[in-house]
Amino acid sequence: MEQLQKIGRELAMASSQGQSKEFQDLIKSIGEARSKSEEDRIILSEIETLKARITQPDIPKRKLKEFILRLVYIEMLGHDASFGYIHAVKMTHDENLSLKRTGYLAVTLFLNEDHDLIILIVNTIQKDLKSDNYLVVCAALNAVCRLINEETIPAVLPQVVELLSHGKEAVRKKAVMALHRFYQRAPSSVSHLVANFRKKLCDNDPGVMGATLCPLFDLITIDVTSYKDLVVSFVSILKQIAERRLPKSYDYHQMPAPFIQIKLLKILAVLGNGDKRASEQMYMIVGDIMKKCDSTSNIGNAVLYESICCATSIHPNSKLLGSAADAISKFLKSDSHNLKYLGIDTLGRLIKINPEIAEQHQLAVIDCLEDPDDTLKRKTFELLYKMTKSSNVEVIVDRMIDYMINISDNHYKTEIASRCVELAEQFAPSNQWFIQTMNKVFEHAGDLVNIKVAHNLMRLIAEGFGEDDADADSQLRSSAVESYLRIVGEPKLPSAFLQLICWVLGEYGTVDGKYSATYITGKLCDAAEAHATDDTVKAYAISALMKIYTFEIAAGRKVDMLPECQSFIEDLLASSSTDLQQRAYELQAVIGLDPQTVANVMPMDASCEDIEIDKSLAFLNGYVQEAFEKGAQPYIPESDRSGNGSVGHYRGQEQHEVSSHALRFEAYELPKPVVPTISTPVTVATSNELVPVPEPSYQTEVRRPVSSGHDLGSAELKLRLDGVQRKWGRSTYSSTTSSNSVSDYNKTQDGATLRDVVGSANSKSPGTVKQQQPEVPPEKQKLAASLFGGTLKSEKRAPSAATKGSKANIHAAEKFQIARANSADVTAIKTASQSLPDLLDLGEPSVSTRTETVDPFKQLEGLIDEDKTPAQGLEGVDVPKAPDVMSLYADLTPSSDTPFSTSEGLANAASQNGHGGNTKANTAHQMSKGPNLKDALEKDALARQVGVNPTIRNPNLFSDLLG
Amino acid sequence: MIRFILLQNRQGKTRLAKYYIPLEDSEKHRVEYEVHRLVVNRDPKFTNFVEFRSHKVIYRRYAGLFFSLCVDITDNELAYLESIHLFVEILDHFFSNVCELDLVFNFHKVYLILDEFILAGELQETSKKAIIERMGELEKQD
Repeated sequence: MEQLQKIGRELAMASSQGQSKEFQDLIKSIGEARSKSEEDRIILSEIETLKARITQPDIPKRKLKEFILRLVYIEMLGHDASFGYIHAVKMTHDENLSLKRTGYLAVTLFLNEDHDLIILIVNTIQKDLKSDNYLVVCAALNAVCRLINEETIPAVLPQVVELLSHGKEAVRKKAVMALHRFYQRAPSSVSHLVANFRKKLCDNDPGVMGATLCPLFDLITIDVTSYKDLVVSFVSILKQIAERRLPKSYDYHQMPAPFIQIKLLKILAVLGNGDKRASEQMYMIVGDIMKKCDSTSNIGNAVLYESICCATSIHPNSKLLGSAADAISKFLKSDSHNLKYLGIDTLGRLIKINPEIAEQHQLAVIDCLEDPDDTLKRKTFELLYKMTKSSNVEVIVDRMIDYMINISDNHYKTEIASRCVELAEQFAPSNQWFIQTMNKVFEHAGDLVNIKVAHNLMRLIAEGFGEDDADADSQLRSSAVESYLRIVGEPKLPSAFLQLICWVLGEYGTVDGKYSATYITGKLCDAAEAHATDDTVKAYAISALMKIYTFEIAAGRKVDMLPECQSFIEDLLASSSTDLQQRAYELQAVIGLDPQTVANVMPMDASCEDIEIDKSLAFLNGYVQEAFEKGAQPYIPESDRSGNGSVGHYRGQEQHEVSSHALRFEAYELPKPVVPTISTPVTVATSNELVPVPEPSYQTEVRRPVSSGHDLGSAELKLRLDGVQRKWGRSTYSSTTSSNSVSDYNKTQDGATLRDVVGSANSKSPGTVKQQQPEVPPEKQKLAASLFGGTLKSEKRAPSAATKGSKANIHAAEKFQIARANSADVTAIKTASQSLPDLLDLGEPSVSTRTETVDPFKQLEGLIDEDKTPAQGLEGVDVPKAPDVMSLYADLTPSSDTPFSTSEGLANAASQNGHGGNTKANTAHQMSKGPNLKDALEKDALARQVGVNPTIRNPNLFSDLLG
Repeated sequence: MIRFILLQNRQGKTRLAKYYIPLEDSEKHRVEYEVHRLVVNRDPKFTNFVEFRSHKVIYRRYAGLFFSLCVDITDNELAYLESIHLFVEILDHFFSNVCELDLVFNFHKVYLILDEFILAGELQETSKKAIIERMGELEKQD
């Protein structure tokens, strides 16, 4: 019995070579820990053990290696093992390759490139790069890629360059990658070496050539023109790959070197962008690749996707774009979400060249938009964003806002909010709509959008549309005021929005006479009080109060200040913010003036008037003269002062200093400076020559009159309108009324509708239409219509094609049918897709749901059984229900087993139809290798001997990853 | 460029983590936590891509293990998805019928394989044969 146990142990040891029982126990106990705190306890005690033992003298090397691995393990679990870093560093010095490699592995995982210990490693790296054993050189190069920073690049650069022509391809490849890394870190340090990348492109090892494409891609993206001569080379390499001239070992799922193909296509896309001559050289090969792609495998589609990207980036070629369009529609019709995603992405690229193409795919796009998968949804929003025009802006922006309201991810919320704003500014069909939209955006994402947006909106409301239509402008303002009065009372409004509201209410609240000053001021006070901590809002509020009071006074009415306003002002008079104080005092002062003066100081609706500013401060000349006579120094502008005048200059100096203090890596015996940056002389700062700054009192006195002269109250809030791009206005606003339409193809002449354009476009699409399919939900149809300029709405707005007049009805009818059929297709696909889990990921067998108490051997038997279950389940199972069951599955419902495996069975069946590339690949894989039950059993036996049992927490520990 | 690669099990336990950009330790923990949360409950029929801050995570599940790659927003999603698969195929070859347990006990070897596959955030070698041969040579040294 004892002997048996011993054998078992030995077997187990063999499985994970050379690890001690101790280490395995550690891993095992971590695996079985039931809570994070238990895990932490184990690790903490492990740290204590290691701390004590690692410093002991005369530890055998093997043992030390294991200690280092244990440190790696501790760090991987998120604990600090910094006490052992130095030992890892020491291990890199070891002569034994295995130990050295472990040392390098550990330091690359432990240290960042700016860690203090790096200095100790650089020397070893230098030595190892010169080693005769190429494996040592490789290990050192791995470390170079991770640990060498800008400062230490010079120390290893000469050796790395030398290694570019090493005899072993593995070394050359890593040297290329290291050089690329240097280039990313500090382009200037290797700028004289970029020619090497060109040379390495011709390396006879495909691996080295492939690695060279990474740095070349970076270089070409930055500077296209100097690499145009390489187009021929890239094209010929791509051609050779496509013709399978590369070693078979680069094939992946029957595609020849697909990863290299993709990289090359990326490069060609950049090189051919906007260059007709270069593009013409590519058409042939890109077209070839598109044809050759195996669209049943993932990798085939990845290459296909990249070639579409390339085709849409280079100078357009109708034939290429045609096949791109075909491929896109295949993507969109696919039931794999991944492919749909690519379809939407490429559609977005193609519509830039050919805007009409979107209409063919309207229903697919809408399906993606309504998909529960957020990734797909966002991609679709991106597409919609690209195809927005004035006819569909309302629907698109409304959708975006609805979506925006419901997400919590601030990063994306900001993005989508700013997109809404941009689209609304560009395409708004009416002021009313624009203001309402902006209100919604501000209400839900006000803190996330750029404050400039609020300023733009203020400007818009103040300036109106720049046309001589005063009525429309005042209408716009009244509606803004009205909507803001409604909103202002709501809790938790973002600051930027409140500022906007206060400003608008102050400027225009009482202008149209609809609301009394008392009412508006009351609202303003409420808003300010509700946001007592926000000084900016308070500032806007009190300035708004001032405007309203002064307008009242100027109009000859008596100001009747509400008690709450009174107390608000008193609060601010004693505010700790000097800005608020000043505003409050100014308010008091201005109210006390006579109407005539007030009207001059605060003219009504004058926010757009230019304020004359005497930039040279000529009116102070006398004062300055007087000061000179008294012996004052003339003022020297800040920029003219020598020494550390500007920040940029200062920083430049600092850099010089850094480089002069940098480590010297070259041996002291070599006197000549190797590194140019080090040798640059440092000019000592002339900081002592600083010209004394004029006394502060003088300065403030100069500025004071300006601010009190022009800036009173409203001017402080005045927007800086210069330099801000004018986005919204005339051009698109008029597009609905004038014939100067943005989209030429939906011009109207004789009542024919847009619908028929779509109809004709659609009728060209493949005619195999299944009429008996169920109908599209009407709301979807409507959405399609409004997004793509289809039926209902466009009839009213109705710009349309001239020639189709007589055919209009036929086309319209046709369109409707096709729309129905199309959507039917889509729904059919949808149901199918619901029942198809991703095959490759099916690894989680249904058995595992009920493993808690099950013996692992049983599990394995269960695996065999599983093959049979689908067959039984095939008939009479409610297929669309499968997804629900799958979600239930998380809750370990006992009944979940059968339907789940059923859906797998269906998927198996479906795989014969060629859905989803991974399906095929996987089955192929299984055929060659098969889920080797024997192997698995052996492994399980081993594991048991080590003492590891699958726990409740991870029943998958034993399942083949590729099973 | 690949920012990092993570292997996590369903409970969020990190089986392997390799970062190709410098990150603070606390930041690494947050990243691991967030990525796990992003991928673990996604419907299997959804896309294998998730936006993550200003990058995207390409993930794939094998049995109880999630392989996640964080890449640039402009990178080819499907290609990276397949590179995960290629990596798993290499592991499978190396460990013959790889399972999570192999990776748990031999994490250092997985790191070494990864170093032959990805370097400085780029795929450096896509030939399964070349990598397996290199690993064979390294194993001999032990």
